[in-house]
Amino acid sequence: MAPNACRPSSSKRGRAGSVRTHLTLTLLLLAGCVIRAGWAAPESVVRVGSKSFTESYILGEIIARIIEQSGETKVNRRLGLGGTGITYRAIANGDIDIYPEYTGTITRAILQDPSVQTVEEIRRSLKANGLTIGDPLGFNNTYALAVRREMATRLELNAISDLGRHPGLTGAFSAGFLERDDGWPGLSRHYGLKLAEVRLIEHALVYEALAQGKVDVIDVFSTDGKIDRLDLQILRDDRGFFPSYEAVLLVREDFIARFPATWQALQRTLAGRIDHREMAHLNALADLEGKGLAEVGAAFLGQSTSSPDLQTEWQGTPLLEEILVLSVDHLYLVILALAAAAGLGIPMGIAAARFERLAQLELMSIGVLQTIPSLALLCFMIPLFGIGKLPALVALFLYALLPIVRNTYTGMISLDRRLREIAIVLGLNAWQRLLRIELPLASMHIMAGVKTSAVFTVGTATLAAFIGGGGYGTLIVRGLALDDLSTILAGAVPAALMAMVMHGLFEVTDRFVIPRGLRKDLGRSI
Amino acid sequence: MIELENVTKSFGRQRAVDRVTSRFEPGRTHVLLGSSGCGKSTILRLILGLLRPDSGEIRVDGVLMGPATRSKLLGKMGYVVQEGGLYPHLTACQNVTLGAEAQRWPPEQTRERVQVLAEMVGFHDGILGRFPNELSGGQRQRVGLMRALMLDPPLLLLDEPLAALDPLVRSDLQKQLKEIFIALSKTVLLVTHDIREAVILGETITLMTAGRVVQQGTFSDLAHRPSTAFVTEFLNAQKPPPEIQEQL
Repeated sequence: MAPNACRPSSSKRGRAGSVRTHLTLTLLLLAGCVIRAGWAAPESVVRVGSKSFTESYILGEIIARIIEQSGETKVNRRLGLGGTGITYRAIANGDIDIYPEYTGTITRAILQDPSVQTVEEIRRSLKANGLTIGDPLGFNNTYALAVRREMATRLELNAISDLGRHPGLTGAFSAGFLERDDGWPGLSRHYGLKLAEVRLIEHALVYEALAQGKVDVIDVFSTDGKIDRLDLQILRDDRGFFPSYEAVLLVREDFIARFPATWQALQRTLAGRIDHREMAHLNALADLEGKGLAEVGAAFLGQSTSSPDLQTEWQGTPLLEEILVLSVDHLYLVILALAAAAGLGIPMGIAAARFERLAQLELMSIGVLQTIPSLALLCFMIPLFGIGKLPALVALFLYALLPIVRNTYTGMISLDRRLREIAIVLGLNAWQRLLRIELPLASMHIMAGVKTSAVFTVGTATLAAFIGGGGYGTLIVRGLALDDLSTILAGAVPAALMAMVMHGLFEVTDRFVIPRGLRKDLGRSI
Repeated sequence: MIELENVTKSFGRQRAVDRVTSRFEPGRTHVLLGSSGCGKSTILRLILGLLRPDSGEIRVDGVLMGPATRSKLLGKMGYVVQEGGLYPHLTACQNVTLGAEAQRWPPEQTRERVQVLAEMVGFHDGILGRFPNELSGGQRQRVGLMRALMLDPPLLLLDEPLAALDPLVRSDLQKQLKEIFIALSKTVLLVTHDIREAVILGETITLMTAGRVVQQGTFSDLAHRPSTAFVTEFLNAQKPPPEIQEQL
């Protein structure tokens, strides 16, 4: 603070100072609220998860609706978490209580023990982790071979072994199926099959190729919505080659203990109640007819779909409310990551400006961090920090560092040499020079770095959804999985708005952080 | 008293100051004169301890300037640079009082001292509350002078203090500076490339070129008893040519 000697008695500056104090307090309060909102998870809520593909979303939504109907507890939907690794880690950590999974995935990917086969064996193996599974839902989502129904009828094709009678048929398979041992190589060996021609084709185009008669046999997932739509016939796996991927509910045992009636209701409503045609139909509703998750879920449960509020409702939660919740999530991620990055980045920039060798090392290593694709960085975080907000925060923090460190460094080294020397001659010690002279003079550069990071972070934070970090990305990931533009926009537009608001806020913050004398310089030079 | 003993300073291959030996007596105004790049500003920075000489010694009041003595010796020196060298983020008053702030002067003492200095340079109320970019060039330079004089140092070092000003303001300030220097009877070392300024302000003139001292003495010494042809050439360079002088 300036000595009183310079303060006129009718103080404009005094008012500016108190505004500054208010602003600081407000920001602290805001940060406090955001932190509370981010961490606080009420006890009497069941968190329903799902992976980020249509079928998993739909089953998650149906599970959530049944739990809501039973009335025992509230539901927190954490759908679209990502792949098996993330979702399983979430339930093992207790971040979610229940999600739809497949037996084959449990034995191969989670337990990594192919000797475990039956439902009972799986339950025994999961018990050690406090988890169990419900009874199978009734469909098996696995690789299957499909042909046009017209051709199936003409050539009397019902099972895979029937293909052996028609060696002139051609096949087109996706890359995964063509290479995996539980795909075509194993299948053709197991059945002793040969096709006239086998081509590699992108999975999204497989159906088109078959429908247009370019090929005769393709690989599909047995519950794919397009099977019905394109009037395809799935060939029965009559010699039992494909591993079983029975859909089941993977659930925490403490959830069953706390809400036994709800668990009963889930089992009663779902176990053995969804066959592969039903599931394919539900998938088609979402994927091909553009129905929302709420609508699909309601349709399955026989709930009224004509209720007027369904237009605005989104998987049980009104869309606006969900966006608000996600906004708090998103803001929490951005503010915390940014505060940490500024808190560490500014001192790092100052240190770099002091020690030239450190500068090169520092800027280079932070620069390398920046070259890691965001998704990859998020994945690296999982083994270290699990899933959820923490790994997302760490990744966002690392990304936010570079602009802040680099700008602080630039600001500090581009200070006028004479101005630095005069401070020495005036007898200011190193701290006084830093706080009173150098940082204020560099403040425009530093704030520019913080602003850049802030806007970047708002954008990058949408990726947090991939590792269960929440935020607007939740909607974007869901929209991408369901191929639903409006859901993508429901996440992307608020994110863009937040970036704009962030920018505006920083313009205001500049008035408090950048000294008046410097701002006027800026005004003149432009 | 400032003494330089065989001082040399190079920047890379460029020898900025070349074996300079010189004495500046206390209580007088000395001018370091020379074209730009002749090493005169470097000499000021060496005296201030902002640069370390490659060889040779600098003594201020008999004390050798070095890392251990610098902060104590700096307490005796005020420093003014071109355009004032004011901090743009501080008001004129905050600029002036920085040194007092670092010394933790009581506000009352600071206020009194600011008042004395403001009167000395002829500032009315209000000017000191402005930011540097709200001041004219001449006002900025006066603020720079006030700042250098705030702690009342016995030595005052000025590096081209008037170079950036337009001729009228410059002439005004030259007169004012002369009065102030006489009134304060400080040891003043002023760097300039302007002969007129050197003549008006300097009791002694030290002419430099290419890092070396060519001649040190009064203007009359330099004009009438030049040590080399360069001295006469330099002094004549800024005079209007004879034919124009006649027309005047």
